[in-house]
Amino acid sequence: MSETSPAPTSPPGPSLARKVVAGVLLVIPFAVYLAVPTYAKGGPHVAGFPFFYWWQLLWVVLTAVCIGSAHLLTRKRGEAK
Amino acid sequence: MKDVNGVELTIFIVFFAVVTVVGFAAARWRRGQTIMHLDEWGLGGRSFGTFITWFLLGGDLYSAYTFVAVPSAVFAGGAMGFWAVPYGAIAYPIVFLIGPRLWSVAQRHGYVTAADFVRGRYGSRSLGLAVALTGILAMMPYIALQLVGIQAVLTVMGVSGSGWAKDLPLFIAFALLAAYTYTSGLRAPALISFVKDALIYIVIIVAVVYIPTKLGGWDGIFSKSGAALAKPNPATGKPAGSLFTNDMTHWAYGTLALGSSLALFIYPHSVTGALAAGRRDVIRRNAALLPAYSLLLGLLALLGYMALAHPGVVAAVKHAGNPQLAVPELFDQVFPDWFAGVAFAAIGVGALVPAAIMSIAASNLFTRNVYTSFIRPDASPEEETRVSQLVSLLVKLGALVFVLGFDKSLAINLQLLGGIWVVQTFPAIGIGLYTRWLDRWGLLAGWAAGMAYGTYTAYDQSSPAQSHFGSPLADIPFIGHTGYIALTAFVLNMVVAVAVTLVARALKVPSGTDETTADDYTADAGDRLAAPEDPAGELTGQSA
Repeated sequence: MSETSPAPTSPPGPSLARKVVAGVLLVIPFAVYLAVPTYAKGGPHVAGFPFFYWWQLLWVVLTAVCIGSAHLLTRKRGEAK
Repeated sequence: MKDVNGVELTIFIVFFAVVTVVGFAAARWRRGQTIMHLDEWGLGGRSFGTFITWFLLGGDLYSAYTFVAVPSAVFAGGAMGFWAVPYGAIAYPIVFLIGPRLWSVAQRHGYVTAADFVRGRYGSRSLGLAVALTGILAMMPYIALQLVGIQAVLTVMGVSGSGWAKDLPLFIAFALLAAYTYTSGLRAPALISFVKDALIYIVIIVAVVYIPTKLGGWDGIFSKSGAALAKPNPATGKPAGSLFTNDMTHWAYGTLALGSSLALFIYPHSVTGALAAGRRDVIRRNAALLPAYSLLLGLLALLGYMALAHPGVVAAVKHAGNPQLAVPELFDQVFPDWFAGVAFAAIGVGALVPAAIMSIAASNLFTRNVYTSFIRPDASPEEETRVSQLVSLLVKLGALVFVLGFDKSLAINLQLLGGIWVVQTFPAIGIGLYTRWLDRWGLLAGWAAGMAYGTYTAYDQSSPAQSHFGSPLADIPFIGHTGYIALTAFVLNMVVAVAVTLVARALKVPSGTDETTADDYTADAGDRLAAPEDPAGELTGQSA
């Protein structure tokens, strides 16, 4: 999913398995957010927030976690610094 | 009209003065050998690290539109206005996928704009021109909106007059902005964005902690807002909105989020902010770190409900007839004067940073893809920079005319029109970063079809307030739901692009020269050539 170019001159990219997992991680936020009817409701409430609102705010954080994990999974040597 | 609030205005002016000094001083910050090169003036030396880039892109993408327009949309329509939160989240997987590749190829070939890349990738100046003009076009109403944000704050502080005096403070703010952008280039907004973000974070944290205590907690805010939204509008007899999307609006909500997220990173100002990064990794990390701003955006959006739950704010907004005033009015009525002044400075400075980056981005596009590409192919870097500096002034003047000449609610819709246009360049930029399968003529035809359909359909939408450009939503053909026009136009764009590509292949139309290689898309700052860096990496790279 992420970048690679198996040209002989470039250093080897991440393995296919890692890239597939990273790709899935990047697709999850789309699946969650575009399924609008699944979260368009009031309950359960958390700290006064209806589900519609806390669920979407929570997934902002989880989206960041997904992208961060995809980054760590597909990072090339030399980018680790 | 009410009287000028002296305390608020004094604090506001002090912050503006500080920001102006910082803006001029920025010319000396991390200075390169000369400012008279587009890499320096227009991209801040291409040297920013993760930290600065986070502030710069954050300052760039989260503008007065976010601080004023999103909460006012929630204030006016409830849940439908909250689509900006999913948009602010799902935009970043896309940034992660295309950002690093665009950065790498631009680094290798010295591209300053996305249109530079398109021209080089497809060997087509016309396609580059199409992308550049689309970008410039989309920037205008966006910059104008920053002015609307400043105007809203000034109005609530009581700064008003008659005739030309009414707009004088706005002229002064913009003249200062134009002057330091001219001298310091991208370094000015980069440095100012630190001040801006510090202000914004303080204001938001105080607002979400303090205001609910005065309005009966979050429970109270949501229940009062829900009741206010459910009241039928006397004009239409329908409720203004609701706390949740329903069967009628699910599609609109999802397509607004998806369509806007496709646009986010290919907006010229995002590209400018990203290409200013010093390393490829900076972009990858920022794709994961930038959603922190979207969390902020979500909390800001909820300020719309706080305003709705506050009877004094509702009355003031109704009296003024301008929902853009919801958040400034809320701050004015709830906070002590000195802190309201800080909050207004945050919104004002928050409008200046993106306006500066947008005008730089638009002038880079003009210089590289119109002036150098078509008028003066042998322009020196110095000449390019001079042209960009001058154009940045013209762009701001254009935006000023825009905001003074047009109705404000129209400007908000024109911003979403900007999104409709920008998305039409996604196939050439976003898809072009991964594959060159689409033919240049196919891309050009698809772009033309998407632009024509999108513009016409948007023009055709009427609302109670205006007969054209009344809404960014329209019926999606074959689906039977209402959705964001940008996405429908994008699908049409892709269908045409693929069809024309197949025809071009069948007719063996020459496909132009690609000046990039597969390697360019993963290159980093160090490896201009295929660097023989640690041969051991070949063995351990798989499991690193």
